[in-house]
Amino acid sequence: MSERDLVTRLLGTSGADAGCEETLALLAEYVEGELAGLDVDGLLPAVAKHLRNCPACAEDYQGLTVLAREQHHG
Amino acid sequence: MTTLLSLKESERTQIGSATMPGQLDLESRAWVDALSATGVEHARALERLHDLLLRAAYTEAGRRQHLYPEIGGAELDDLCRQAADDAVVAVTKKLDGYRGGSRFTTWAYAFVIFEISVKLRRHAWRQGRIPTADDDATWDRLAEGADAAQSRVESAELLSALRRAVAQELTPRQREVFVAVALNDTQIDVVADQLQSSRGAVYKVLHDARTKLRRRLEREGHLDQEGTQ
Repeated sequence: MSERDLVTRLLGTSGADAGCEETLALLAEYVEGELAGLDVDGLLPAVAKHLRNCPACAEDYQGLTVLAREQHHG
Repeated sequence: MTTLLSLKESERTQIGSATMPGQLDLESRAWVDALSATGVEHARALERLHDLLLRAAYTEAGRRQHLYPEIGGAELDDLCRQAADDAVVAVTKKLDGYRGGSRFTTWAYAFVIFEISVKLRRHAWRQGRIPTADDDATWDRLAEGADAAQSRVESAELLSALRRAVAQELTPRQREVFVAVALNDTQIDVVADQLQSSRGAVYKVLHDARTKLRRRLEREGHLDQEGTQ
């Protein structure tokens, strides 16, 4: 583990963070935007930051991506 | 500066208009109309929504099965049903806030994924206790994970400064959450359950703790503004 990884693990990354509730409210837009090829990290930077800082919400994002992709192709 | 913020309306509008230009698709409109109706139409819509979200709960539970191999059978059925029940309540309660930035079904799926993830984590942890270890062994274990000898020395210095900051800068609640979640990798939903709180509220405590610690380490010259030495 590099020092950067260690700091990130313990202190998260700096910058604006949307928090769990705001991220949950916008997660569907973030995921569909990503599947549509949009620059969602640029459009919703605080959500992107939160997903890097919060493993629980990041796991939810992965699950929603799976369901949205199935729906997209279904 | 690190902030936990509400997104600006302009950000929401930008992505909403990019993914869903101006109006709901027909299926999403049908869902909203049916759930906003009364009587039999409303009851049928709730039933369809519950079926949809129950299937999604099973899909997500299956995707996470490797994390919780001990949960199955009637226990899993019960958790999925509870997740679907709670997600239906959340969706109907927040329906006025749905503005068509995504398909209705994707929006609704987000709620059931949240519910099943919380329930699986809490269920798996139900016999456990939150780690409170903030001792030499815990901090040494972190330093030992560094790549090389030089990094180990630098990491040990950083961790030593961080340990002092944890002791001196944080409130008791912030210290409890930081030690459990950041230091000992306890799931945030488990900590929230034990503290009779929510994921969002515990994350806010963690975020405030991290901000205080980061500022202290920056003041002492251990971190630059980007967060590393």
